[in-house]
Order: sequence, then C-alpha cells, then structure tokens
Amino acid sequence: MNKKIEIKICMGTGGIAAGGTEVRDSFESSLKDRNISAELQMGCDVHKVGCRGLCAKDVLVDVIVNNQKTTYQYIKPNMISRIIDEHIIGGDPVGEWSVAEDYHNFHEKQVKVVLSDCGNIDPESIDAYIAVNGYKATEQVLKNMTPQDVVEVMKKSGLRGRGGAGFPTGVKWEVCRGVESDQKYIICNADEGDPGAFMDRAVIEGNPHAVIEGMIIGAYAIGASKGYVYIRAEYPLAIERLVHAIKEATERGFLGKNILGSDFSFSIKLKLGAGAFVCGEETALIASIEGQRGMPRAKPPFPVYKGLWGKPTVINNVETLANIPYIIRNGAEWFSSYGTEKSKGTKVFALTGKVKNTGLIEVPMGITLKEIIYDIGGGIEGGKTLKAVQTGGPSGGCLTPDMLDINVDYESLAKVGSIVGSGGMIALDEDDCMVNVAKYFLQFTQAESCGKCVPCRIGTKRLLEMLDRITKGLGKEEDLALLESLSNDVKATSLCGLGQTAPNPILSTLKYFKDEYEAHIRDKRCPAGVCKDLLTYSILEQFCTGCGACMRACPAGAITGEKKKLHTIDPDLCIKCGACFDVCKFKSVKKS
Amino acid sequence: MVTITIDGKKIEIPENTTVLEAARMLDIPIPTLCHHPKLTPFGGCRMCIVEIKGIPRPVTSCTTPVSEGMEVATSTAQLEGLRKTVMELILSDHPNDCMICEKAGACTLQELAYFYGVRENRLAGERRTYTKKDGNPFIERDLEKCILCSRCVKACDEIQGVEAIDFGYRGFKSKICTSYEKDLDCEFCGQCVAVCPTGAHTGKQWAFKGRQKDIREIDTVCPYCGTGCNITLHVRKSVSGEEVVRVTSKEDTWNEGWLCVKGRFGYKFINNPDRLTKPLIRITPKDREASGVKREENSPYDSHLTPYELFREATWDEALDYVASRLKEIKEKHGADSIGGLSSARCTNEENYLFQKFIRAVIGTNNIDHCARL
Ligand SMILES: Cc1cc2nc3c(=O)[nH]c(=O)nc-3n(C[C@H](O)[C@H](O)[C@H](O)COP(=O)(O)O)c2cc1C
Ligand code: SF4
Ligand code: SF4
Ligand code: SF4
Ligand code: FES
Repeated sequence: MNKKIEIKICMGTGGIAAGGTEVRDSFESSLKDRNISAELQMGCDVHKVGCRGLCAKDVLVDVIVNNQKTTYQYIKPNMISRIIDEHIIGGDPVGEWSVAEDYHNFHEKQVKVVLSDCGNIDPESIDAYIAVNGYKATEQVLKNMTPQDVVEVMKKSGLRGRGGAGFPTGVKWEVCRGVESDQKYIICNADEGDPGAFMDRAVIEGNPHAVIEGMIIGAYAIGASKGYVYIRAEYPLAIERLVHAIKEATERGFLGKNILGSDFSFSIKLKLGAGAFVCGEETALIASIEGQRGMPRAKPPFPVYKGLWGKPTVINNVETLANIPYIIRNGAEWFSSYGTEKSKGTKVFALTGKVKNTGLIEVPMGITLKEIIYDIGGGIEGGKTLKAVQTGGPSGGCLTPDMLDINVDYESLAKVGSIVGSGGMIALDEDDCMVNVAKYFLQFTQAESCGKCVPCRIGTKRLLEMLDRITKGLGKEEDLALLESLSNDVKATSLCGLGQTAPNPILSTLKYFKDEYEAHIRDKRCPAGVCKDLLTYSILEQFCTGCGACMRACPAGAITGEKKKLHTIDPDLCIKCGACFDVCKFKSVKKS
Repeated sequence: MVTITIDGKKIEIPENTTVLEAARMLDIPIPTLCHHPKLTPFGGCRMCIVEIKGIPRPVTSCTTPVSEGMEVATSTAQLEGLRKTVMELILSDHPNDCMICEKAGACTLQELAYFYGVRENRLAGERRTYTKKDGNPFIERDLEKCILCSRCVKACDEIQGVEAIDFGYRGFKSKICTSYEKDLDCEFCGQCVAVCPTGAHTGKQWAFKGRQKDIREIDTVCPYCGTGCNITLHVRKSVSGEEVVRVTSKEDTWNEGWLCVKGRFGYKFINNPDRLTKPLIRITPKDREASGVKREENSPYDSHLTPYELFREATWDEALDYVASRLKEIKEKHGADSIGGLSSARCTNEENYLFQKFIRAVIGTNNIDHCARL
C-alpha cells in the first residue's frame, strides 16, 4: 500500500477533554496491530493539531488519503478500527461519521488569518510552522526592513488591538518607538479572563510560533530586547506548548542574541498569572509582573512611556500579535482588503449560547450579525426564536433581533451600545431572562473587582444587590431609575476599564428589555421562566395520569398523590429545582 | 513651567505638579480621602475628580499631572453629583458609629459626609462586618470603618519600609490585612494611625479618653532621643489634675509628622505616680549609721532598702548647691581630670552642647563623652 495517508486529530483543550489523547493512542496502536504501520511508514503521519473551532463536535479527526480529506466528528477510540478498515484500507470513507452539512456551513463564511494554521499544523513542531512559511516574516523584517518600515506597514494595515479597546497597533508601536530609553519591553497579554472567551488560548495552543513571531517583530519595531508573555496558570496546555515553542525558537536562533545574524537580540519570559480578570488590564498586569498586587493605576502615564519597571512598554493581545506575521508576509493591502473602512482584517469570536454550532469562529470585520448567527451558527437550536446576542462579555451589551443586519465591527457595535471587546458572542433565546443575564455578568465583575476604587468596589456590589432583589421579586418601582443612575455614576467615576464598563450589561438590557425588568418588579413574574423565586410549579389535573414519576424525581419530597390519581406539589416544600417538570411525560407539570 | 487655569484662575507651576497640588496652591478646595501629600498618589476614593477641557470623562486630580494650557473645573453640578454618589457608596458600607468613635470630630469621612449632607442613603446594602481581634498592645484596627484609601499601607511601606500590611481579598471583600491575618506584629511606629482618615486605625490607649473639644494641645519635643521629633501632647483636665491622653505630630514639622513607637505610644510615664518630679539626694551609709542604723554582717548595706529609704526629696536649690559643692571639693582635692562627664542621647543638641561646655570650661577637663559613642 503506497497511499499517502495523514491523520490529524484535534488536540486543543476541547479535543483533549473529549478524549483526543485516547483517540490518538488508539489510532497508533490500531495501525500497528494491522501491521500496516510498516507499509504506511513514510506516508502515515499522526499529527496533533490545535483547535479548529467547532469544539462542540470534538473529537474531530481529518483522515487524508492521497490528499483527499474526510473530516470525522464525535470520534471515540472504539470507532477507529472501522475507519482504518473501511477508509484507510478499503478506500471508502465512513459516511455516517463524517461531518454533516452544518460543519461546512460553519466554515464557509469564515475567513481565517489568525486561525489559518491552527488545526492544520502540529503546534509542537517548529518545522511544521516553518513549512507553512513560518518565521519568513521575521527574516524579511530583520533583513530588509527598518523598524520604522515595520511601523508603517502596521499603520497601513489598519490592525487594531484585539484585546478589547481596539487601539491601532501601528500607532502604539510608533509612540513607544519614539520614546528614548535604555530598555524597553513588549508584553503579550494572554490573561484572557472574560467568561466564555477562549480565542487566545486556542491561538497559543494551535499556533504558538505565530504569537512568538509577532512579538519578535513588535520588539524589533519598538526597540525592545525583552518580552514577557503574561498567561494565566489555568491554561496548562497553552503554557506547555508556548514553553516548548520558545525553546525551539531559541534553538533555531529566532530568539536570543543576534537573531538571524542581525544585531537585534530578543528573549521572552513567561509570567504565570493567578487568574484574576483585572490582571488583563495593562497597568494591573504590569504591577503583577513586578510582583505587586494586580491593581490598576491611573493613566497617564501610559505604559508606552512608563510601563514595566518604569520603562517604555508595549502591551498587545495574543490575537493582535498572531496577526502580525501574516500581515508582514502578505502585505498591508492584503490585510486591509478584509473588513470595513475603520475596522480592518478579521476577528475571532467565541460563539456560544443557543446557536446550533458553537465554537471559535474567525470572520472578516463588518460581516453581518445575521451571517454569524444563521449561516455560521446554524441558527437557533430547537426551533426557538432568537431574543438577543450578547457581545463583548462583561463589558459589553446586547444586540436585538431587529439589528440582525448590523455590521459586526468596532464602530457599528459601539453605536448601539455594545462592543466587539475581546470577542465573546452569546446567542440568547426566549428561555433566557435578560435580568438574569445582567446579574450573571455583574456577579462576575463584582467578584473580579480589584477593590481599589469606591465606585467599582461598592457600586457594582449595590448594582448586583438590586438585580438580585429584582430577580427574587423584591424589586421596587424606583429601582429602575436607581439602577440606571448608579450604573452611569459607576461608569463615570471608576478608575479602570473594569469598573467603567461593568454596568454596560445592565444599561443595555434596561434599554432594550425594560419590559422584562418591569415584569419582574410589577407582576413578580419572570417571562422567560428562569428566576427561581418567581416560579411556581403545579400539576395540571387534566393531564396528570398519576404515574408518580414526578414524586420519585422530587428531591425535596414535595409531591404527594396516590397511584393513578392526581398528584399535588406542596409549595412550601418545593425547592423549585424543576425535576418534576423535566420528568413528566404528559406535560402536566406547569411552570408559571 | 506650564500655565494652567483652574476655575478661571491662572497659575504657573512646574510640570510634574498634579492638578490637585496646583488647586491647593490657589486655595481652591477639592475634597480628598485617599490623597496624602507625603505619599505617592493612589486614586482610589474618586472624591477629587475634576473636569478637564478636552477629556470626555472626569479625572482624579490627585493622579493627573498638569500640562500646558489645561483648563480645569473643580466643582460643577455633574462633579458634585458624582461625589455625592461616591460618598453614599462609602457610607453604605460604613458603621454609623460616630457617637462612640474615637475619630469623631477629627474624621475626614465624617466631615465630608456632613459637607455632602448624606443622611438617608439611597444605596444602603450589605456591610462588611469583622470581629476586632488584633491582640497587639498599641494599635486598634477597626476595619469595618476602613475605606481602603491605602494610606496606611503606603505609610508602612514608603515611609517606614516595614510592609506589615497590604490589601487582601478582592472586590467588596477587600481588606487591609497583615500576612495570614495574624495579629499585627511590627515596629508599632503608628504611622498607619497617623495617616488614617477615619477611625479604622486608632491608638488602643486613646480609647474613651476624651473628645477633642476637651483637649488642650501642647507642641513640644519628644524627650526620648536626640532626634528631637516635634510632638503635640493632647492634654485633658481631669479631677486628678491634667492627663496626657494622646501624642500626635504635625505634618508641617521637620519630622513631617512621623514618629516612632516610643514617641507616639510611650507617654504613659508622664502621669505615672512613680515618675520623679523632684530632685532626690542619696542617703549615704555614713548618714544612715550616724542616725543609729546598724549595718548587717556580710550584707550589702543597701540591698534590702526601697528607693524611698535610699533617697530623700530635696528642692532644686538644695540639690544643685549640693552637686556644685561636692564637685568643687573633688576638683580641689584630686584635680579637674578626676572628673568626667557622660551625656545622653536623650538630650537635645543644645543640652549636649551646654554640657560639654560646662565640663570643659567650668570643670576644666576634656573628660567628656556621649552614650551614642559607646
Ligand atoms: C478589566 C480588563 C481586563 C482586560 N483583560 C484583557 C485580556 O484578558 N487580554 C487582553 O489582551 N486584553 C485585556 N484587556 C485590555 C488590555 O488592558 C489592553 O488594552 C490590551 O491588552 C492591549 O492590547 P491590544 O492593543 O493588542 O488589544 C483588559 C482590559 C481591562 C480593563
Ligand atoms: S474600576 Fe474596579 S478593577 Fe478597576 S481599579 Fe477600580 S476597583 Fe479596581
Ligand atoms: S470613622 Fe469617622 S465617619 Fe466613621 S464612625 Fe468614626 S467618626 Fe464616624
Ligand atoms: S485603615 Fe485607614 S488608612 Fe488604612 S486604608 Fe483603611 S481608612 Fe485608609
Ligand atoms: S484623593 Fe484622588 S482619588 Fe482619592
């Protein structure tokens, strides 16, 4: 058998969690068992690859026979023999296990720049990266470009920071480049603390060398000789791959003294963060690297003037940096051909919530919300209707179904009170309570506030208390006005971005879903049926067959009834867990 | 130098000045809680916010350096509204304890609450509650009253270099903590007490010793060492006379208000009944034998005697005359070099100068030394 056979197994955190390691082992041993390893020796190559986006369908496996690729989904070790026998040996792909149409839709509208090599190359091999033109950009920059040339390309490309604020990267580099200093630093911000966001982790796990290359080029442009990656310790796989990649890059002379024979030297250190959201804020991040408590400080002075150890410092997000080698290689025009007038290139989003296809997506800036939700996301699950799309995580806001034609870019989202942020995108349907959504984010920001400034430390607490009262049916009419005015005051007076944006989820839901707040306050009713304290469970006489399933399911012993007779729920004992509702086959448990 | 305008008034100031400092130079009041002129800026309380033309959001004047042409407004309806919200937030997490709080009357928080008329609080909610349990002998830490201004942390670190306390926990639960929340075990200089704008840090010995209105302040110099820190004794009239109930130091003294544990907390000796207030003259064994007391065999003559039996009280005139006459006798009999003077680091420079002058010029010997050289 002299077919060329490649097998690529998704080994991002999602893939590993779904059993990627076992799948790989099973492939290796099954190939050996069939004694085809010898025959396949040269051709067969079992790669580990990083995240390919559609984590919900993990473990995803590509089997490429003579350059013909078939992607399988939900693969378990016990499925491997059949794939080998029928597909690799027999030549017929196992149709029922290969990805369905929605997998293709999921990819069709996407444009992959940052994620282009994620999922295709082995992230633990520098040669795999080099094989796809890796470190060509470094070579080009060091051999043919001055630092100012690099800055010009970045400015022309229109790349804006992907960490949340969207500040033009070229401008940031240029300012830092212009500051005189004996020492400068570049820091890669891999703190990624937004709940639900995992694009930075996926980039590092899938293609760590692109981030390193971005740092090398940035360091060259601003004149930094040292770099740090600030990465949360909860990302063990990303850390492992990054450490390995730094080691490989150093061995090959892409890091260290006199890189590629030039007089430019640059090295990278890792600093593991303890997982505080606020440590993603650049001044808190610097404090944390310096060994202080991660608390932000007032700007000015900005880090480009006075950053780490008081020296000029550029801080860039992982995704920002991973774009850079591609921009240098393909040119500023190529990059800026994607996107809108002011928002160039692509953006990675973590699409979650009630859409059919959840996972990481990379789309050109300016794509419509509709395309993301319906084409890429495959629409709302279970035939339900879309209620809102939350973007920008705890700092962001909501978009409503009548905004489906909006272009997803920095300006358009800001206009309607939301943000692109770091790229969280949650689809919500009729079963989601908007007051509860706001409360969820406030719980997060309140717990993650560093405690330094009064409006954030105490203000978010009071906002959360008010939301909590409302979801418990204890809200008062005047709470609505107070929520709004306190939200605005907290925004206006907080020291850092955390407090300045923490009330956004409240303001945005208040603006578009005021009726839901009013229902909670005036009618003591949660329209989506989410807020426990406002729910009552009862059994409808006309449907109850007296089967007793609910009685057995109730953990609180709140249901009584004789066999084949109407069962009843004691509201005093009911803990509103919903077990009876879920278990009743006759839909006779009513939630109201 | 740059020129800026604050509330319509122009001022020329050096570049590294903050907007707050500039405003203070112009006597324009801006409320502050976390700012302390001797400590690095923090920017946490948000009371000092001002509006600067061209900047869309209010900024804290204590952290913002001036720049050429800046136009600042320190008190607009918008700013005062925001400040009032901030005050309400702070007070919503503060015990209503002014009636029995040591700090009442000298409390910046109380003053600002009064100024902003915060009584009913729209923003009432959960309050942090802690048990006071710090067993150290000097510093009362009542952290429910703490507004997390960081002044104590900064004083401990930037002034004293001890770093005994720092922020612990996060968000609403943030708290000024010692390591592992053990009892405070530091130098007890009390700089934290000196800078705390509220009653969260007070002296344990001060408790219930009197309100400021009953107290007379007397500026003096600390008697403990030759450094000569300026201190202010807080003296209260009581039935048994006057009592020193507290020692503080002012910020505009040469020691900038900083003291050590002895100066700040070691004042109890002043009102101690055992304190010497009159000169004492030793009753010598010879005197005692002359008055008929027999010396016991093999026993050091004085060891069983109390200080009251060893000394007798005298007037200053008698004591000084006695010393002068005895020194004269010794000098005549054995020569000036048989006398030596040893002065103390507890004396002031002036006292030390006078003492050496006395030994050299009056006694006539160079046998003069000082304990600090030993
Ligand atoms: C509370 C808070 C958390 C943040 N967390 C992150 C983060 O996890 N990752 C990140 O890249 N930027 C984060 N940022 C933004 C950074 O402060 C900074 O703007 C960014 O890293 C700059 O890089 P960029 O220009 O490449 O976007 C955060 C900001 C705030 C206020
Ligand atoms: S806004 Fe919140 S996180 Fe930011 S400095 Fe203030 S307390 Fe800390
Ligand atoms: S610290 Fe100030 S405001 Fe608080 S109780 Fe004491 S005197 Fe009142
Ligand atoms: S104890 Fe006093 S000085 Fe220290 S942070 Fe609290 S209020 Fe400020
Ligand atoms: S005095 Fe400026 S923030 Fe507190």
